[in-house]
Amino acid sequence: MMGSENDDEAHLHASTEDMENLFLRDVDKSNSDPLSPHPITVATPADSDPLSATPQSKPNGGDSRSYIEPPSYADVIFSPFDDNSEINGSDDTHSSDYSLSRSPSSSASSDYIKITVSSPQKEQETSTSMLSGGGTYITYLIATRTNLPDYGGGSEFSVRRRFRDVVTLADRLAESYRGFCIPPRPDKSVVESQVMQKQEFVEQRRVALEKYLRRLVAHPVIRSSDEVKVFLRVEGKLPLQASADVASRMLDGAVKLPRQLFGEGGGGVEPARGGRDLLRLFKELRQSVSNDWGGSKPAVVEEDKEFLEKKEKMHDLEQQIINASQQAETLVKAQQEMGETMGELGLAFIKLTKFENEEAVFNSQRARANDMKNLATAAVKASRFYRELNSQTVKHLDTLHDYLGLMMAVQGAFADRSSALLTVQTLLSELSSLEGRAEKLEAASSKVFGGDKSRIKKIEEIKETIRNTEDAKNVAIREYERIKENNWSEVERLDRERRADFLNMMKGFVVSQVGYAEKIAGVWTKAAEETSQYDRESS
Amino acid sequence: MESSSTEQTRNVMQSPRSPSSQPYLSASVTDPVKLGNGVQAYISYRVITKTNLPEYQGPEKIVIRRYSDFVWLRDRLFDKYKGVFVPPLPEKSAVEKFRFSAEFIEMRRAALDIFVNRIASHPELQQSEDLRTFLQADEETMERFRFQETGIFNKKPADFMQMFRDVQSKVSDAVLGKEKPVEETTPEYEKLKHYIFELENHLAEAQKHAYRLVKRHRELGQSLLDFGKAVKLLGACEGEPTGKLFSDLGTKSELVSIKLQKEAQQVLMNFEEPLKDYVRYVQSIKATIAERATAFKQHCELAETTKLKEINLDKLMLTRSDKVGEAEIEYREMKAESEEATIRFERIVKRMNEEIVRFQEQKTEEMGVAFHQFAKGQARLANGIADAWRALLPKLEAASSA
Repeated sequence: MMGSENDDEAHLHASTEDMENLFLRDVDKSNSDPLSPHPITVATPADSDPLSATPQSKPNGGDSRSYIEPPSYADVIFSPFDDNSEINGSDDTHSSDYSLSRSPSSSASSDYIKITVSSPQKEQETSTSMLSGGGTYITYLIATRTNLPDYGGGSEFSVRRRFRDVVTLADRLAESYRGFCIPPRPDKSVVESQVMQKQEFVEQRRVALEKYLRRLVAHPVIRSSDEVKVFLRVEGKLPLQASADVASRMLDGAVKLPRQLFGEGGGGVEPARGGRDLLRLFKELRQSVSNDWGGSKPAVVEEDKEFLEKKEKMHDLEQQIINASQQAETLVKAQQEMGETMGELGLAFIKLTKFENEEAVFNSQRARANDMKNLATAAVKASRFYRELNSQTVKHLDTLHDYLGLMMAVQGAFADRSSALLTVQTLLSELSSLEGRAEKLEAASSKVFGGDKSRIKKIEEIKETIRNTEDAKNVAIREYERIKENNWSEVERLDRERRADFLNMMKGFVVSQVGYAEKIAGVWTKAAEETSQYDRESS
Repeated sequence: MESSSTEQTRNVMQSPRSPSSQPYLSASVTDPVKLGNGVQAYISYRVITKTNLPEYQGPEKIVIRRYSDFVWLRDRLFDKYKGVFVPPLPEKSAVEKFRFSAEFIEMRRAALDIFVNRIASHPELQQSEDLRTFLQADEETMERFRFQETGIFNKKPADFMQMFRDVQSKVSDAVLGKEKPVEETTPEYEKLKHYIFELENHLAEAQKHAYRLVKRHRELGQSLLDFGKAVKLLGACEGEPTGKLFSDLGTKSELVSIKLQKEAQQVLMNFEEPLKDYVRYVQSIKATIAERATAFKQHCELAETTKLKEINLDKLMLTRSDKVGEAEIEYREMKAESEEATIRFERIVKRMNEEIVRFQEQKTEEMGVAFHQFAKGQARLANGIADAWRALLPKLEAASSA
């Protein structure tokens, strides 16, 4: 959310950091006040991760600390502030705790599943592979640590996967778990091998993959799916079939027939060789077009009022989350700039202090230099606090961003339902047209004296097709009902979890605002006391 | 030219509340009013003078003045009291739109008020006749004075003579091939000049960041306002208790936004403006430095010319020429002028030495006040923000343990 700074800016911040540190060490030396309430310590990143013990990361009653007291990280005042390490580090604590907060049942026990994605590596495309792109691709090490019984108790394992495997996993899940709110996978980008080399892109993708996998295993049903288990455990080539489905690619987004439809035993509805029933797909497309004849009508005639209301509510919610997420970004930017400008002001006064001290001819100059030093100290400290606060704010308000992805998952679930309904309607209309044809043929054949051999044969064929289509229709209806069930339970679950997550977000946001505002107030109160001889307000 | 008669500085008090036997002079600039139409519109101010000095008419006098009147006063003082750091004026605003905004008008009024009071409390400047004119003359008289000062047609004959001499000396220098350095180069003065020039750079940078900080306050305030609204809308989509909590969060966010906007204005007026004033003061000192350089140059050149005239006179006396009488008159005139130039220069030096002490003390006091107010304001803002957010915590706590 904070974006990646380019190299120049990183350098600038590095050197201003150095200047600030030097200045504050000097201040510390000259003050050496043992009674100072805020001991200045310049700690290293290793021993003072400011985000390691944030109260809000334990949402369900784990917060024994009073909310009035600022979080522990606030005591570590001057740990060098490094954007990247903090964001990455925070991602660790933050996201893995999500998997606990999301399932109320597991928060009582100590179920966990933690996934880390790391060490990207370049590998060579083998000559037998179909897509021989630029010759190389990147793999990522995916390490899982879990004590879930599904995965065989306490275990650790890791595999190497490439992005294409993730796409396969996502496609397979979409097929197997229709009606579920499946977290959306990271985008494919049209990448040439050139772009692939870039550090930034690889790192972005690593982060995105980690987020995606963590969300997947946070889902109580999907985490136990064969697809996910296989993806996480089975070393070597991913044993999931990639969708080489030309037909569905052609009509991507229109209709996808579930595997179950064909996998179900007796129906006798055989898919055409090579995958899908192209003809049926075209029929469904025509159906959806005819349903949409009015133009403004939805593609599918959905009569369930409750569902429609829910869908509209979800749409509204999504709009507001988008809006709030955008405003959150603006807020974060404004907070960041406040901190930066405060720091620059402090630095300007540091330079002035130094200048006046060097050039001092009069005592009034020395006094002024001292006043400026107090101001500069306060400004530099306040600047640090603003920027620390901001990294916290980013962490918390990221929840809004996360839910954008989840809203997409909800849309996907609703779309599954619509497409299943479309299948049913298509089959129904197909049935009725078949029956109509059969009727006509029978009527025509009965007029022929002695029977019409060819027509009778045709009637037989049609009746056979009608029987098959009837079976397919029943299967489709069962599928539709099943998806409706999934939809409903998923939306319930999501509403519950969203409530908890948003509550956490608000709490975390407010706690950090309070904590840091108090720290900043302390710094300026001290500066005001140090300049109290200039208080001219009549009391 | 300023008379070099007794320049006793009276101990004139600023506060009219002191015992009536003590002399006092104070002025205030108030009630800005927009007058005129269109392009010729301008702001007029009431200037109220309270004094018991005999040179002034009565204990209180009120006049109406506009910005260009203040400019007139400053130009006159700068011209007559060379060596004094004449208090600076706020800039003419270039941006048309901004010229009549309430914020700008108030800032200008405050700056003009400080300007007049600094003059009134300066031991030399407070005795200026021009100040008396400014504080007391009726509006028509003031307007006449103001128009007189504009344009080259109002330069006095003496000024023209000086201009000619300047050209002359440049020519003679060129003819004689003189490349004399005409700059003062004492170590203390060098140090002072270096200090002033460097100081301006440092102050300008500090002022730049102070101005940006004001903007940042406003931007943060605006973003919190927008965030608050967005969060409220989000809350409207959610059931309880989340919906109400979002609504409360949004309301608090809007409240914090207001606090930030208020503080932005305070920082602008009580911190950024004093810094800007400091920069202007330093620029005014630079102008005085330039005056001193001119005076020094004059003093050197006139001394040189006098010397030449003396030599010429001696020569003529030796040859018993009939041009001796003329030459003697010329020599005496030149000598008198040279002595005056030297006196002028030395007065500037003396004044500057006193002024620099005053300036440093004054600035330490004024900046100290500005820093203190800034720190207090920031503390007040931060505490206000903490209080506002803290009020939400009980409800949030209750909701999460439910």
